[in-house]
Amino acid sequence: MAKRDRMSGNEAVAIAMRQINPDVMGAFPITPSTEIPQYYSQYIADGKVDTEFVAVESEHSAMSVCIGASAAGARAVTATSSAGLAYMWELLYVAASARLPITMAVVNRALTGPININNDHSDSMGARDSGWIQIYAETNQEVYDNYIQAMPISETIRLPIMICQDGFITSHGVSNIELMEDEEVKEFVGEYNPENYLLKHENPLAVGPYGISPYYMEVKRSQAQAMKDAMPIIMDVAKRFEKVTGRKYGFFEEYMMDDAEVALVVIGSSAGTGKEAVDRLRAEGRKVGLIKLRVFRPFPRVPLAEAMCKVKAVAIMDKAESFSNSGGPLFNEARNSLYDLPNKPYAINYIYGLGGRDITVEDYYEIYNDLFIINETDDPGDVYRYVGVRDSRFGERGFDHKKYEE
Amino acid sequence: MAYNLKKEVEKPERLAGGHRLCAGCGAGVAVRGVLRALEPEDKAVITNATSCLEVSTFIYPHTAYYDSYIHTAFANGAATMSGVEAAYKTLKKRGKIDDTFKFIAFGGDGGTYDIGMQSLSGAMERGHDMVYVCYDNEAYMNTGIQRSSSTPRFADATTSPAGKNIPGKIQNKKDLTAIIAAHNIPYAAQTTFFGNFKDLHEKAHKAIYTEGPCFLNVLAPCPRGWRYEAEDLQEICRLAVDTCVWPMYEIVEGEWHLTYEPKKKLPVEEFLRKQGRFNHMFKKGNEWMIEETQQYVDSQWEKLLAKCK
Amino acid sequence: MKTRAKDINEKITWQDVTTGAEIYEPATSLLVETGDWRVMVPVFREENCRHCMLCVPYCPDSSIPVKDGKRLDFDFVHCKGCGICYKVCPFDAIDFIKEEK
Repeated sequence: MAKRDRMSGNEAVAIAMRQINPDVMGAFPITPSTEIPQYYSQYIADGKVDTEFVAVESEHSAMSVCIGASAAGARAVTATSSAGLAYMWELLYVAASARLPITMAVVNRALTGPININNDHSDSMGARDSGWIQIYAETNQEVYDNYIQAMPISETIRLPIMICQDGFITSHGVSNIELMEDEEVKEFVGEYNPENYLLKHENPLAVGPYGISPYYMEVKRSQAQAMKDAMPIIMDVAKRFEKVTGRKYGFFEEYMMDDAEVALVVIGSSAGTGKEAVDRLRAEGRKVGLIKLRVFRPFPRVPLAEAMCKVKAVAIMDKAESFSNSGGPLFNEARNSLYDLPNKPYAINYIYGLGGRDITVEDYYEIYNDLFIINETDDPGDVYRYVGVRDSRFGERGFDHKKYEE
Repeated sequence: MAYNLKKEVEKPERLAGGHRLCAGCGAGVAVRGVLRALEPEDKAVITNATSCLEVSTFIYPHTAYYDSYIHTAFANGAATMSGVEAAYKTLKKRGKIDDTFKFIAFGGDGGTYDIGMQSLSGAMERGHDMVYVCYDNEAYMNTGIQRSSSTPRFADATTSPAGKNIPGKIQNKKDLTAIIAAHNIPYAAQTTFFGNFKDLHEKAHKAIYTEGPCFLNVLAPCPRGWRYEAEDLQEICRLAVDTCVWPMYEIVEGEWHLTYEPKKKLPVEEFLRKQGRFNHMFKKGNEWMIEETQQYVDSQWEKLLAKCK
Repeated sequence: MKTRAKDINEKITWQDVTTGAEIYEPATSLLVETGDWRVMVPVFREENCRHCMLCVPYCPDSSIPVKDGKRLDFDFVHCKGCGICYKVCPFDAIDFIKEEK
């Protein structure tokens, strides 16, 4: 039986971890993920769990501990944010290439330069090519639910997984959520019994070779296949989760998309504000919709493209710059996925919300408005745009479709 | 139990031939020497910081280890082993494994004195039951003999070359063993390949079978980087010890003990002369370099003797 | 997937490499012949050997086998001919000569 409770997203993750009682946690504090190891170490201190809690001296070591523990046969977890994730960088690739199913709570925060503790997705988006599965959440409930699904996914396919939540918004913000019973979680997540591990009795295991050129590419190709094969596993786990909790998950959520003419594609908590904008515009009779992407790695190329093709123009929202001069990471992948389709919509990129900049319902109105204009004029204009930045050309909004051509 | 080389060499081998270390490399000797101290009934997990040793002993699909092995990266040998050891504790506690495992990390001086220093310090402070072994060949040999903080003063390395204006490395070697001992770990020691390997063996055995974090610093000459004939390994090590350039000692629960005192302390020249990396010190006009090296070695030796009283 | 090192070679496909490039057996480096690196070769003169075993721990390549208290002839499949053993031996039981190939 589920129980309702009020809590922050960080506490929800810590509770999910308590219900799972993993073997080893590598822990290092960094805002805004710090509460996760704090809560968890209290559970250990109070005897509620018996995880080996390794309070390391850096995130580099936190990930190293997880890799060592996971290779040794343990279920290993950690949590981090921003610069912490960046400091783990080389080990992210090591974990993925060694095919170690480590679970990491990533509480998304802007990367330094200048230092900023608030939310955007530059940390995990920067790690998008490291070979980790990435799942994002809109609400505290989704953070919790994603965390419960993480290990069944990652341990089945043998890939590490990031469960991402928005710093302060779905880490510190408190809301009602529905928790599963401890026993339900234990049964759902199950025991971790890898086939080979360093501490195995029957045979030794050697992990992390020097992969010379005649083998390196085959190893990478096989790793790429695992990411591909994670797709059906993510869906299977979601179906199993729905049976237990009644809560339905997929690669993405479609909101009012059936008869929509224009739509947004957005990741994380900003989808909540987006849905509010959709509701208000729908009340005015405007046919707008929203796609909230949950799974970014593996990228659900085909189904996402099909969903976007329901409309004539989509705004693809990036809470991360990639300084590519051709838009943010979600834009590039989402737009790319449309390329082979005959009736593709216009796809426009908006960079938004960097370093904790709010995105408002009004911002979304303007974006939808832009999309309608594009529809009418059949002219997308510059597809690489900002919203919510002060711009001496456009005033506070940062972009004006009508004025942009001037 | 008294050390008996004949018995020790009959133990099952823990490092197989067929690894790709250079002919005469000290690293292979160090690894064999340390692992020989394992009791045959005990299993081990071995890790390497990225190093010559690592890229030579596990080239896919060929591992030179009989035991389980993991390599992850350069800066984190001690942290990786911390994770393995933490997993062992939990899995043992939860009744998932029965065997006794020992945890032994090897890093070169680059991976230990320099880039791996932070993770090593962390692991020692946290108290994991493991042994960290530095095989110290006094430069970044894997990338081509660049200076490290372990490279001794005046050594000609490829990023501290001896030239007209600068006489090789400017700084003295970092005293890593003392730094690690300052973590108040139960056991730390310095050794090398000397005589019948009694010193190295006994220290390795103590390090492996003392509960908690233990540290061994093993001088492991590199014929290529030090520029001496590979066959002279034993002689080079003997001279390092008998000149007091590399004293052999141990720190047991904070107590310093000399494990070998040369009957006759040899001049440092005898150690330096054998190696191409010190060639320029023997040029006319550079006598001061040898003098200053001698003074430094003497003062370090005196300080060590004072600690060992 | 090939699971044995002896079956893994530079011709295998990506479907056949081990998951995560792991190896599940001990000491597969024994499959590698490093003996062909030799320029010089040690020669065991058993008649002079007193089986003191001093050469054994000084060998970086684990190429001096020991059985029942006796050292045996070199493992020439793996010996790289570094000559350390020849210098270590106190009894002239090891020669070190140019190898005829």
